[in-house]
Formats: sequence, C-alpha cells, structure tokens
Amino acid sequence: MTAIETDVARPGRFGPYGGSYVPETLVPAVAALRDAYAAAQRDPAFWDALHQLHQRYTGRPTALSHAARLSRELGGAQIYLKREDLAHTGAHKINNALGQGLLAQRMGRRRIIAETGAGQHGVATATVCALLGLECVVYMGVDDMARQAPNVFRMRLLGADVRGVTSGSRTLKDAINEAMRDWVTNPDSYYLLGSALGPHPYPTMVRDFQSVIGHEAREQMLRLVGRLPDLVIACVGGGSNAIGMFHAFLDDQSVALRGVEAGGRGQTLGEHAARFSGGRPGVLQGTYTYVLQDGDGQIGLTHSVSAGLDYAAVGPEHAALHDRGRAQYTAADDAAALVAFQRLARTEGILPALESAHAVAEAIRLAPSMAPDQSILINLSGRGDKDIFTIADLLGVTLNG
Amino acid sequence: MGRIADTFARLRAEGRAALMPYLMSGYPTRGALLDLVPALEAAGADLFEIGIPFSDPLADGATIQRAAERALANGQRLPDTIAEIARLRAAGVRAPLVLMGYVNPFLQYGIDRLLADVAAAGIDGLIIPDLPPEEAGEIQRACAAHGLDLIMFVAPTTPDERISEIAALASGFIYCVSLTGVTGARRSLWSGLPEFLGRVRARSSVPLVVGFGISTAGHVAEVARHADGAIVASALISAIDQSPDDAVAAAVAFVRGLAPGTAVV
Repeated sequence: MTAIETDVARPGRFGPYGGSYVPETLVPAVAALRDAYAAAQRDPAFWDALHQLHQRYTGRPTALSHAARLSRELGGAQIYLKREDLAHTGAHKINNALGQGLLAQRMGRRRIIAETGAGQHGVATATVCALLGLECVVYMGVDDMARQAPNVFRMRLLGADVRGVTSGSRTLKDAINEAMRDWVTNPDSYYLLGSALGPHPYPTMVRDFQSVIGHEAREQMLRLVGRLPDLVIACVGGGSNAIGMFHAFLDDQSVALRGVEAGGRGQTLGEHAARFSGGRPGVLQGTYTYVLQDGDGQIGLTHSVSAGLDYAAVGPEHAALHDRGRAQYTAADDAAALVAFQRLARTEGILPALESAHAVAEAIRLAPSMAPDQSILINLSGRGDKDIFTIADLLGVTLNG
Repeated sequence: MGRIADTFARLRAEGRAALMPYLMSGYPTRGALLDLVPALEAAGADLFEIGIPFSDPLADGATIQRAAERALANGQRLPDTIAEIARLRAAGVRAPLVLMGYVNPFLQYGIDRLLADVAAAGIDGLIIPDLPPEEAGEIQRACAAHGLDLIMFVAPTTPDERISEIAALASGFIYCVSLTGVTGARRSLWSGLPEFLGRVRARSSVPLVVGFGISTAGHVAEVARHADGAIVASALISAIDQSPDDAVAAAVAFVRGLAPGTAVV
C-alpha cells in the first residue's frame, strides 16, 4: 500500500470533480474494488467474458433505428434512436450490472447490494444475480416502490430481497444512503452501484461498462448512415446512459453533446432535478459534483415524473464536461416528457421509458430548426412498459388491475 | 497545549478515561445545547461531540438520522450551533467541544470562514466522517493554521499499515470506530475490540477514543480498559427521546449512570 497522499492528482478526478468521500470503514473496501477493477480492466479474458454475455444474453449490439416518421413530421434533422430499450431487461442498466456482476464474481463476493430508483437498475441487478447465482439485496425508496410497482414485483420474481427505504425523501438518494449503510456494515458484500456516481472507481467503472452504447452507436452511424451525427442527446439522472453514449464521441469535435435533465414541474428547489441550472458543487454520497441543495448545504428534495431522473446530484464526469463546455445540459419538464412519450409511441411504435422521453422531448424541440441533411442521435435508454401506470394516471385513464 | 490535550493529560493523571457525550445540535429543541452541555459537564462529561444535522447522514443509524431530521425541522442551522457554542464558552463551559458534521454543509459555509468562526467560538476540533485523509489535505492544513484538531478515524477494517499512516496525521485524538457498521446503540460490544484497540495503540501516540454502539456503563468500563475515552451517542439520544419534556434531567441521569465506567482499574 502506498502512503496516504493528500495532494497529488489522483485517478478518479474529473477536473475538480469526483473523488472518494467515504467513511473510513469503507475506505479499504473501496480500495479493494478499485484494485480489482484495475486488474480486470487489463485482463482481456474479463472483457471477452462480458462481450460473450452481451452477445448471447443481453442481445447486443442493440439496433440503431431511423425514426423516419417522427423526423418527417418535425421537418428538420433526421432522428436516429440507439435502442437500449431492446437490451435484456429493457434498459441500458444491464450493461453495467453484467460488468460489475462479473467483477463481483471475480472478487469472490457472494452477496450483492444495490439501490434502485425507477427499478431498472434493481431489475438488471436481480437478473444478473440470478444468472450468476449471487444473493441480491435491493434498496428502494417506498415512494419509488409505489410508482414502479411492476419493477418491484419483477425483482422479487427474480429472487431479489427488495427492502423499502422510509428515510428522507424515500426516493433514489435515500436508497443509496441505505445501500451504503449496508455496505459499511457488510464490507465483504459487493455494492453494485447503478449509475456513474458515488466514490471512485464507480464513475469511471460504470462509464466504461456503459461505453459499449456509444461505441456501437458511433460505428452504426458510420456504417448505416455514412456519417457521424451532428447532435447526440441523452437523458441525465445520475448520467450513466449519457456518459456511456457520449464517451465514444468526445473527440469528435463536430458532434454536439446534449444531456437532458428532469425539469419536473417548476423551477424552485424541490420541484425538479435540474442540477446544472439549479445546483452548485458539493459532496453527495461519496463524490464532489453539482448538487441540488439549500444555502446551508442540506441536500434538496427533487421531483420528476420519472423516478430514474429524480436525484439531487449528477455524475462527476458530467460536471467536468459541463464546465469544459464539451457537453451542454438542458432540462425537459414533466409535460414535455409526457408529450414526447406519446408522440414516439404513435409515430414509431416505441414506448420509451419516461426517462428516455426527456431526451426525445429535446430532439422534438431542436430538430425543426436543423436541416434535413443533419442528424440527431438519441440514446433511447429504456422502454416504457414500466411507466404505463404512471402515464395512465397522468392522462386520467383508469386501468383495470 | 490545547483543551483536548490538556483534558487527556489531566484524566490520565486522575486514572480515568474520558466520557464524551454526543449531542445533536438543535435536538430535541433549538438551543437545547445551551442547557444540556453545562448540565452534562457537571454530571461527569469530559469532552463533547456536537453534531451538525445533515439531510443525508450515511454513516449514521436510525437514531441519529431521526435526531438530525428533527433538528433540521426545528430550524437548527450551522451558524446557530456555532453561536450557541460561543455562548457556552462565555458561560464558563471548559470541556473540549468538537464539531461533528458531514463535509457538504462545511464546504458550503466556506472552509476558511468556518474555521475562523469555529475557532473564535471556542470549538477545539472537527470530526468529518465522510472526509477520509486522502480528501482531507487542504482542510487539515487549514485546521492546523487555526489551532484546531481535525480528528481522524480508524475502523476495524483499517489495515495496520494504514493505521500507522493515519496515526502520523492525527491530532487531538483518534476516533476508533468500535464495530463494522453505522452508529446506533448495541446490546454488547464487538468481541474483537480489545485486539483492534491494541493494534491502534501500538501504532499511535495520541489518545484513542472509541465510538459507535457504546450504550451502558459496562461498555464504558470495557472501553476504558483499552482506550482513553468513550463516545456515547445513540443511547444518549434515545434516553433524551424517552423524556422529551425534561431532556436535561434525562440526559443527566443517563450520563451520571455511565460516569462510574470511566475509572481505569
């Protein structure tokens, strides 16, 4: 072990953001994870195993679809959809869960802890645990359990122990607190964090596992369309689908990158999850990044129609991309996401996750002002079946249960 | 020497370990510290850990979480706590007072301003559970410049070599986490505690104070055999919780009951 160095630039920093702000009890566990991931990263056999699983289990590569009718209706840029909704379990979350599941197996860990907001990461983790024969405990805020009931049932069918979290705002943030408390108590368990958040190495590792999205999409654009997109759009909760999409395009200066946060139902603290317009740098749950908070540094409440975007902080690499100006971050509100959801359903035959609908809303806003020979690539990060009860509620439709 | 070092030197001469109650500022009511601290000092408390409520206390169990939620609901803010401590000093409280808070409220207050205000109020040190030494460099240097101790943690999971490195950075005392877990009252202490404290003792020269799960005079006595002090937090908060109408009397009775455990036999 090297001596504690408090000043040198360390891996795990994205400009000033990132780091590893965890209690001492967890420092050795985080260090063991960092070392195990560094070793796996250098091991071609690890990536080969993951690649095989992606081909034979996840269903990768996922399709790239031209949203021809939507593009025509909007009368501007051509819109392409990277179809992560077609990945097994219905969202990009499986990419990370499989990667970390293999890492946990490699570390000899038998018990997996996870948190979930919308339930997609919980479902992906429960799925991977079933596949690999690992014990699975998922923490979920009780408010999220209520609005994502189908995913709670799916996780239980997959053998996971889903534990409701009643503290704080009873959403994703509180589920992460509770998962970290479990990890502090059981440092031999593996904490399978679901987004590009938390202490180093998670933001880097989760991004690496999600980068398959952007690498595939970039290659598909070149092969199927013949050129790179002019604009890439992804929704940003913690930001794992967005960073996974953006990373392959970071060096392509002609490609604009745009992350879409949850505008919720208003601009006051507590009514949205737009960290870049409404937050400022601080530390939440192990990482230094943009955080929604009050003047005293108490973490703000958030609101979004989509549980997966309903979080007070954003992944630290997005914070760095924002400050560098390499990516722009905007917000789409609940109403725009709902309209985009319905429009994509009717024009393309795809129900997007409410999270992904925020990215679609931004494309709907921007495409008309672009030329027909320009193109927009949207990361359609998940499918919307999980959201039909929420949508029905918003539309005033009663479903017969 | 500062108040913390003085206090441990005096206690060593008296053959006692330190009893260090944790009080959540703003709990059970705003300004409760003003009555609780002098009363507990008279009841046998040697140092105090003063908690700053935070919305997301991820190292804490349910008891301290609830106390923090209540303190925030009571409207307790960091400047209030600092002002209350200044009043306690003006009223003659002599025990060392150490602020315990998560890093984000401190960062938002501004580290330079915080340390200046904290030192001026008569606070002796800071405990920041989500600031491991790797992230603490700047704050630690600033603390030293203001004559404040930044208290370091060691845990049962900390390897020996890292204990040595942390001990080399430590000032005031080392906070030894008594178990692998979050804060909260426990029925019994971890059986590996003496061995763990022995490993820390062999590698450090500053006093060792044990916290997490210490709930009874028996626990305090057990800790006093192997360390220089015991922090009692969740069990004290629970005692206050059970007598909301007379928090001071409940806290005094509880601390009086613990004090005999501090004798080093």
